[in-house]
Amino acid sequence: MSNLSTMTEEEKLEQFVQRIEAGDKIEADDWMPEEYRMALVKLISMHGISEIMGALPEKEWVPKAPSLHRKLGIMAKVQDEMGHGQLLLRVAEDLLKPYGKNRGDLMQDLFKGDLKFHNVFHMETKTWADAGLVGWLVDGAAIITQTNMLGASYGPYARALQRICAEEVFHAQHGEAIIMALAEGTDEQKAMIQDALNRWWEALLMFFGPASKDTTGTSKQDVTIKYKIRTKTNEQLRQDFFDKYIPRILSLGLTIPDSTMHYDEENKTWVYEQPDWSEFKKIIKNQGPRSQARLNLRRSSYENNAWVRDALAATVN
Amino acid sequence: MSSTENVLSPEYKEAVTNLLFQLADDDFLFSYRGSEWLGLAPHIEEDVASSSISQDSMGHATMYYTLLEDLGLGKADDLAHLRPVQERKNSVLTERVNGEGYYMETPQYDWAYAVVRSYFYTQAKKVKIDSLRQSSYTPLAEAAVKVNMELFYHMLHWKTWFVQLLSSTDEAKKKMNDAIELVMKDFGDVFSYGSAKQAIESNGLIASEEELKDKWKANMAPVFESIGMEVPAIPEAPAANGRNGDHSEDLTEALSTLSEVYRLDPVAIW
Repeated sequence: MSNLSTMTEEEKLEQFVQRIEAGDKIEADDWMPEEYRMALVKLISMHGISEIMGALPEKEWVPKAPSLHRKLGIMAKVQDEMGHGQLLLRVAEDLLKPYGKNRGDLMQDLFKGDLKFHNVFHMETKTWADAGLVGWLVDGAAIITQTNMLGASYGPYARALQRICAEEVFHAQHGEAIIMALAEGTDEQKAMIQDALNRWWEALLMFFGPASKDTTGTSKQDVTIKYKIRTKTNEQLRQDFFDKYIPRILSLGLTIPDSTMHYDEENKTWVYEQPDWSEFKKIIKNQGPRSQARLNLRRSSYENNAWVRDALAATVN
Repeated sequence: MSSTENVLSPEYKEAVTNLLFQLADDDFLFSYRGSEWLGLAPHIEEDVASSSISQDSMGHATMYYTLLEDLGLGKADDLAHLRPVQERKNSVLTERVNGEGYYMETPQYDWAYAVVRSYFYTQAKKVKIDSLRQSSYTPLAEAAVKVNMELFYHMLHWKTWFVQLLSSTDEAKKKMNDAIELVMKDFGDVFSYGSAKQAIESNGLIASEEELKDKWKANMAPVFESIGMEVPAIPEAPAANGRNGDHSEDLTEALSTLSEVYRLDPVAIW
């Protein structure tokens, strides 16, 4: 390998591209083009902070979980999400080093609205069925997008995802168990899941992002595919989700809240009604149903505990 | 367990039942209050760590409720979710709110209170568990062995926080001292067996209230000494004795939240 210090930027880039083309993993201290670093920072800090913000909608149901075992299960599940957030923010922090930024700065970016969190976590969790549905279908959707990045060219992210995906599989089973109990239960319990599915359907479609940047003006999918961080497009992932979950949803006796939904045998694709993408644009600008409430909760608890972090810093110094 | 049940005298069974409800309700409420903190701890690492403690505690409560179910007292989930306030036997300390505000809105929880309550409560639990390992009621003695293994980590965790925050900024010391005062106000029934004192102590189920209090003080003494403080006095007579069903509004609110879904249909499978 030639000496990096004597190479021109073009040569470094060429070598970098060769490495990722060869399936080599890029590590935190390796040279990387600015565009790559920025794409990773955006992707991973958004993923990390979404795990942290994603703890909040489910956390609402932790104290209310309807049995001792459900209380134990959902506590462990939400704890895992916080753990994923921790893991990912550590990866993001390493990437942010050249900019002199740390986790505290990411929190401030979140509070200012500069760092976004995933659309699904802006939604209300109205009933216990929502707690089950989030585990089953939101985590199910997350498994699909994240397994798509298990081979990511950036080593630290790929390794974090290995563990996260393994736990997400357990979460999806946890969610499915809650949903199965309701599906086999009383009429009221069955109605609870149908109601939850109706309310969450659009958010689930939006989860994978718009098919192209024409919808919202920007999209990260092109640059992340170019750098081998991911392989499939948003639409391919959405179709994978349909392949896996439409039969399961139907087998529980539930109705898909889209009467146009059908499988086109000829094109081997699911045909469905597009969600309201203007609503999606509002949500990602923190104007969703629970965006401000959740941000307030995160902000107020962060500020309320500032004295603790100060006290810990004082004992270290 | 039915064979054990057959040989228990009615008096003995009543004493075991009473003690098991005290232990179960304590851990159940302690875990519930811990679970309200989920997602809101001072930093992410702590969120993960203290959630493990809340889960362990819920696991311990489940073990005790299951022992009660084995004694024919009813379904563990019914015992945990449906008993009215006046039948609850937890210490008032475990039912207290984490601070101002409701967990569904933007609560202002007090981390100093969380640390002091958790540390003092866990130390009390530790001396009880040490004694319960020799309990005359074998299923309880066996449960105590399992609980004890996890308690080691809980103790280490809360002790670290306690010493660190009391050795740091003036603001932290002030908040911690305020929390100690608040916690000790409710500490009077932690070691009380309530009106079942005589029955519980005379049946060899667990050591006497006085003996446990002394052990708690003796275990706390070196920790307080290390930071130049004295172990606070445990109130002689509790203002309200949770062991006899005297509780605060905080418990009423907690029970209504924690059983909200279960009460929709207690017969259904959830």
